[in-house]
Amino acid sequence: MKFETPAKTNPIDNLKVVGQPIHRIDGELKTTGRAMYAYEWHDPNLHYAYGYPLGSSIAKGRIKSMDVAAAEAAPGVMSVVTTLSVGELGKGKLNTAKLFGGDEIQHYHQAIAVVVAETFEQARAAASLIKVEYQEESGTFDLAEAKMSAVKPKDTDGAPPDTAVGDFDGAFYAAAVSMDETYTTPDQSHSMMEPHASIALWHGDELTVWTSSQMIDWWRSDLATTLGIDKEKIHMMSPFIGGGFGGKLFLRSDAVLAAIAAKATGRPVKVALPRPLLVNNTTHRPATIQRIRIGADKSGMITAIGHESWSGDLPGGGPETAVMQTRLLYAGENRMTAMRLAELNLPEGNAMRAPGEAPGLMALEIAIDEMAEKLGLDPIEFRILNDTQVDPEKPERPFSHRNLVGCLKLGAERFGWNDRKKPGARREGNWLIGLGVAAGFRNNLVMPSGARVRLGNDGVVNVETDMTDIGTGSYTIIAQTAAEMMGVAVDKVGVHLGDSRFPISAGSGGQFGANSATSGVYAACVKLREAVAMRLGFNSDDVVFENGEVRSGNRSVPLAAAAGAEGLVGEDTMEWGDLTDTHQQSTFGAHFVEVGVDLATGETRVRRMLAVCAAGRIINPITARSQVIGAMTMGVGLALFEELAVDTRRGFFVNHDLASYEVPVHADIPYQEVIFLDETDPMSSPMKAKGVGELGLCGVSAAIANAIYNATGVRVRDYPITLDKVIGDLPEVA
Amino acid sequence: MRAFTFERASSVEAAAKSVASNPDARFIAGGTNLLDLMKLEIETPTHLIDVNGLGLDKIEATTDGGLRIGALVRNTDLAAHETVRRDYGLLSRALVAGASGQLRNKATTSGNLLQRTRCPYFYDTNQPCNKRQPGSGCSALGGISRQLGVMGVSEACIATHPSDMAVAMRALDAVVETVKPDGTIRSVKIEDFHRLPGDTPHIETVLERGEFITAVSLPPPVGGRHIYRKVRDRASYAFALVSVGAIIQSDGKGRVAVGGVAHKPWRLEAADVELPKGAKAASGALLAGSRPTEQNKFKIDLVERTLGAVISEARG
Repeated sequence: MKFETPAKTNPIDNLKVVGQPIHRIDGELKTTGRAMYAYEWHDPNLHYAYGYPLGSSIAKGRIKSMDVAAAEAAPGVMSVVTTLSVGELGKGKLNTAKLFGGDEIQHYHQAIAVVVAETFEQARAAASLIKVEYQEESGTFDLAEAKMSAVKPKDTDGAPPDTAVGDFDGAFYAAAVSMDETYTTPDQSHSMMEPHASIALWHGDELTVWTSSQMIDWWRSDLATTLGIDKEKIHMMSPFIGGGFGGKLFLRSDAVLAAIAAKATGRPVKVALPRPLLVNNTTHRPATIQRIRIGADKSGMITAIGHESWSGDLPGGGPETAVMQTRLLYAGENRMTAMRLAELNLPEGNAMRAPGEAPGLMALEIAIDEMAEKLGLDPIEFRILNDTQVDPEKPERPFSHRNLVGCLKLGAERFGWNDRKKPGARREGNWLIGLGVAAGFRNNLVMPSGARVRLGNDGVVNVETDMTDIGTGSYTIIAQTAAEMMGVAVDKVGVHLGDSRFPISAGSGGQFGANSATSGVYAACVKLREAVAMRLGFNSDDVVFENGEVRSGNRSVPLAAAAGAEGLVGEDTMEWGDLTDTHQQSTFGAHFVEVGVDLATGETRVRRMLAVCAAGRIINPITARSQVIGAMTMGVGLALFEELAVDTRRGFFVNHDLASYEVPVHADIPYQEVIFLDETDPMSSPMKAKGVGELGLCGVSAAIANAIYNATGVRVRDYPITLDKVIGDLPEVA
Repeated sequence: MRAFTFERASSVEAAAKSVASNPDARFIAGGTNLLDLMKLEIETPTHLIDVNGLGLDKIEATTDGGLRIGALVRNTDLAAHETVRRDYGLLSRALVAGASGQLRNKATTSGNLLQRTRCPYFYDTNQPCNKRQPGSGCSALGGISRQLGVMGVSEACIATHPSDMAVAMRALDAVVETVKPDGTIRSVKIEDFHRLPGDTPHIETVLERGEFITAVSLPPPVGGRHIYRKVRDRASYAFALVSVGAIIQSDGKGRVAVGGVAHKPWRLEAADVELPKGAKAASGALLAGSRPTEQNKFKIDLVERTLGAVISEARG
């Protein structure tokens, strides 16, 4: 099915199941420990071996030699496969740095060997016995230093690095009120709970991989390329994922090492990346330096807006697209954006939750707060004044649906925004209290997504798709979609995900999963409905699927009866027309935060948070809320403590564990409230839904930064906003 | 982690002898630090002597009116003990500011005193670290040092001692009781227990090989307001950037120990004397001669400000 015209009324609009607050159908499996994560698959008939990876101890250079004799002789060791012994391997299309093979070291903790032993402990002990001789080369590790040599990158996902409309320079210099500030965001780590892990097993030339992947088909394709085998020979499964946040979008070394180790030993091999390897062996969100210039007339109308961003990556990599939201979020006749990319020899930079918009809004939404203050306007009023209903770079493109103003107004009312005082004016005991707001904005992406739906003669509908559930609730919303379409209760639907034998789906990423994958299930269900109608001799135009029955006119048949002995199958892939070109599809929000800043220590603690989201139809308010509060939590971390500390001498992220890379703990997270505006977007899909998971993050950190400013009068433009950046400007302690 | 043999000690003396006779042996109690270090190959013992069953888990009043805390008393039990809460509130507050409930359930009094630094370079075996590999150099100097020490540092090491409990013990003038492998016992004042790094940062305490901590005793209670203020980026489950443990009497006199600034809990008599004059005077004396890095110089200001807040709270 191709979605080419805005959705009309369809069976989803009945909202008997879709839109209902249904608890996760896989919740019991997870809370009872029966949901099998990658490393946990255990077939008692298989004799597993354990692989332990070794990471490079230098950031750049070549391996001259590796001495594995002691490791090979260690107890329980079956095989030591090194990056030299395996020779050059292919590189996945979506990988910037190679994952294994050859003597070249491109980054710290790059995988250089895997030791396979009878037990995990034996493999780990033996890995430490490998001696490596390197030819170390100097590299570039400091973005601030490399900024001068940054170049214009090629297009990113079809978007050009630079855009310009009107006469930015002229309008900026002529503006009655203007601001020009630079902001920085650090390298950040996904830090998902479940590490990357894979089990590989060969049968002849056929490879089975259990792994933890957000995107089954991407992994499968890139694993085939890396190993130089036919993709069809790989069976990949990832039914449960303990968090990804973008860190599991692309093939990682655990799958490659497991496959190679399994080949070398003839045994099924389990490989999990140890936590200290996660940060430097896998990907991270790259640091940015962002310059924002805004000019406005005295009434507060933006006349010029410019956003430039610098980031770095390994050769062949791409920029952090931090200027994207600035092309779309606010009006203004004269505009420019530009991205520049420096070559850095740090580990590979790549997507982390809301790539582009998350760090971009961390800067832009402070700038908006600063500009509003300069204009003497309330920051909400300033945003409303500069709202746009069309793509400001291409005014012929309207937004499909945009209610940023509604989010801001409702949020202000619910949060008590009018109680906000002047900076530094509100104190409770030792706490300086401040309120902050930021706009939330994230584009709504759609991806082709397939599904197969089987109706059995027991009336049960089974859905098969390689869609993944990274903790988001995919199982549940897919069950809701199939239940709504086939007119059955949600407990009459079985959902089977994350298996390369199933139709290729959107996968999970870029907040495109929920809308795209349910649309694919919708398409497959349309096929199944047609098959049911045909089998029953019904006119498919007026057939109604309801309460486990199929009705046409005054005829009614139990759905189970229509299935026949062998059942019926519907399979289809949702594809997308040009509605995303003719209309700008985005999601909108408003984030409100109250913080307390300790007068003496400068410690910031968040006291209240509210997100108001306008993201089309909410398929399940429970799972959507979980997505948003999780994202808000991540926003607290990015605002206040998350920073991969770069050792610019040796070229690696020093704080590579969860003790030293601090993410929020329960004590950091206060009362969180989420409000979804009741809306639909018929341009987005037959579901009339849009993404929401990443919207929950976009803008949160800037709202916190703005709240800290309101509390203290101290404006910090370099994240994370740790106490050392604040205390110098706080009042004396009595 | 290397393969290791394991024995349960039958007596304190046997445990001490066992470690003394084997350079690759270690005592293990709660294991909350040692096991992590073994997994990362930072510690590579080949023999572990489990001392959990030695009956050293009692908290008893001493004849002089103080308190004797068995070496194996768990942090949770110590923090919750009625006498500790009533008479040594600083200790209780410092303990619950550290780690998590699960860790405190396992962590012991002596193990807490002996925990190793959290310097990130100590934790990465690819990097030079004089503490982990004597003579290899200090990566933290000129590297990432925001968490690290400003007082008593050396060219060889700028690591800090990460304990909260030890800061309280220092303010309370605790005494560490030990048994040596030859059976002799000694008492070491907490101020003398931890060493500054100097040229030998791998030697962290005055304990001799095999010397075993049996108890930590506290002098009779001194009264006053007991305040422990731990400053950190996130609200819980993080090591202190700085911490201030203070006991302040109604006349403004008192004592103050600081964590997160040195290789040991940091207290100076000269600073205690200045306390009645206020935070500026006391922290000036406490941190005189500091040698911060560009990344951790904020700690100087932070100690003063935090102490200021503590003094205000004590007065309030």
